[in-house]
Amino acid sequence: MDKNKIQEELKNIIAVYVPEKEILDNLTLEHDLINDLKINSAHIVDIVLDIEEKYDIMIEDDVIMQMGTIGQAIDIIHGKVLEK
Amino acid sequence: MINNRVVITGIGVVAPNALGAVDFEVALKEGRSGIRFFEASQSLNFRCQIGGVPVITDDYKARYFDDYYQNKLENKAIIYACLAGLEAWENAGLGHHKDSIDFDSGMIMGSGALGMDSSNKAVFSKILEGNVKRLGSRAIPESMSSGGAAYLNQILGLGNRILSNSSACITGTESVLLGYEHLKSGKAKRMLCGSTEGDGVFIWGAFDAMRILTSDSNEDPINGSRPMCNSSVGFVPGGGSGAMVLETLESAQSRGAKIYAEILSANVNSGGLRDGGSMTAPNSNAVIRCIKNSLHEAKVPSDEIDLISGHLTGTKGDATEIKNWKKALGGTQDQFPLINTPKSMIGHCIAGAGSIELVATLLQMEKSFVHGNYNIKGIHPDITAEIPVSSIPVQTVYKEINTAIKANFGFGDLNCSIVLRKWQDG
Repeated sequence: MDKNKIQEELKNIIAVYVPEKEILDNLTLEHDLINDLKINSAHIVDIVLDIEEKYDIMIEDDVIMQMGTIGQAIDIIHGKVLEK
Repeated sequence: MINNRVVITGIGVVAPNALGAVDFEVALKEGRSGIRFFEASQSLNFRCQIGGVPVITDDYKARYFDDYYQNKLENKAIIYACLAGLEAWENAGLGHHKDSIDFDSGMIMGSGALGMDSSNKAVFSKILEGNVKRLGSRAIPESMSSGGAAYLNQILGLGNRILSNSSACITGTESVLLGYEHLKSGKAKRMLCGSTEGDGVFIWGAFDAMRILTSDSNEDPINGSRPMCNSSVGFVPGGGSGAMVLETLESAQSRGAKIYAEILSANVNSGGLRDGGSMTAPNSNAVIRCIKNSLHEAKVPSDEIDLISGHLTGTKGDATEIKNWKKALGGTQDQFPLINTPKSMIGHCIAGAGSIELVATLLQMEKSFVHGNYNIKGIHPDITAEIPVSSIPVQTVYKEINTAIKANFGFGDLNCSIVLRKWQDG
């Protein structure tokens, strides 16, 4: 699965949790979900649930911890989709 | 001792028959019904298969909500509270900023069975299926009784007292009483007060089992709620929310706010579940005492009352309630103010009832009308034995309302009564 496609889909998933939408126009792989995108940490679990549903994958608790940036999230999704 | 005068400067409402105060006024005047048939109640073998549920459109939500609230919030009690609360706040001419906290303003947003809203079925199902891992971050705030206040305050950023009272059917009137007392004693400048109730089979089921809901109108929903009618067999359950901005007179005048009415007094008590009072029935002596105390505190003699907004659910209790009002107010059989309730149009919105009905009362005071008690085929004889038929309008009457009294009575033998006076400029 194309990582660019995942990035576009991930942007759509996280958009509702990002308080200031302007930053989404120039989203980069380095953007940190909590520190840069200002997503409330409680919503990380919601984003994981949305991702699991969208791609029909399971993301374990220890993997969630590694999901700091957009780039890391894409890599996790990409890896899990390949494993299916 | 600080003894501030307290006024109401903003109103908002989400009712089964209207969204927003402007449309609610029209609905009250024309007798628009918000009572509908529910297939879910039928398929689950409910005796009462009708109810009053607000119809929330995406467009209406978009007026007040960002995309997160718009798309993610599911608990209807919370959605109703947020919409009514934001409308009231805006109606009072107040703003909010995402980076500042207003320590002079607080909130009392009560709720009834907030966690029993139909939206929580998904939460219960996931837990029972062993999928607790799939509960999102909203599962807690969307089931806690203070959820309405919490989500509302996430938007408003108020820093004074934030409380969610829960006192069955008096919750709405009591929320105003609590805000009134807080302001009167000088602890805040403004309090957003109201209450909310969601809807659906989990909230309504046990009322149905108690056989206190209307069971004869599944084919004719709009005639199901018939307060004071001789053919009433029960109440029609509903949901919704009302909200009001209460403010010290000083604060309201200093910012040139429009004032709807002054709260002259508010009284709350309990019949102690004794002396005829029980979990479900009121102790009439306590009801009378509550009404009398509120009038005494307001220094309002009975003959000054222009309108009574009753509790009047459409059950056997209506006649008892009228007797209690009559005893509290005194006078001969032909002396009694106009009395009404919007429940014929919206059903009994349980914990939401008091606040929605207070908004209805304020609209009638502001616009000088008394809406009809619709659906009455014939007034119950035990009621006409107490008060004149002319006190019970069945159509909208246009009349100046300067002084109104609003009371609700609830499970757990609770009573709350509030006296309001229309604000006259200058």
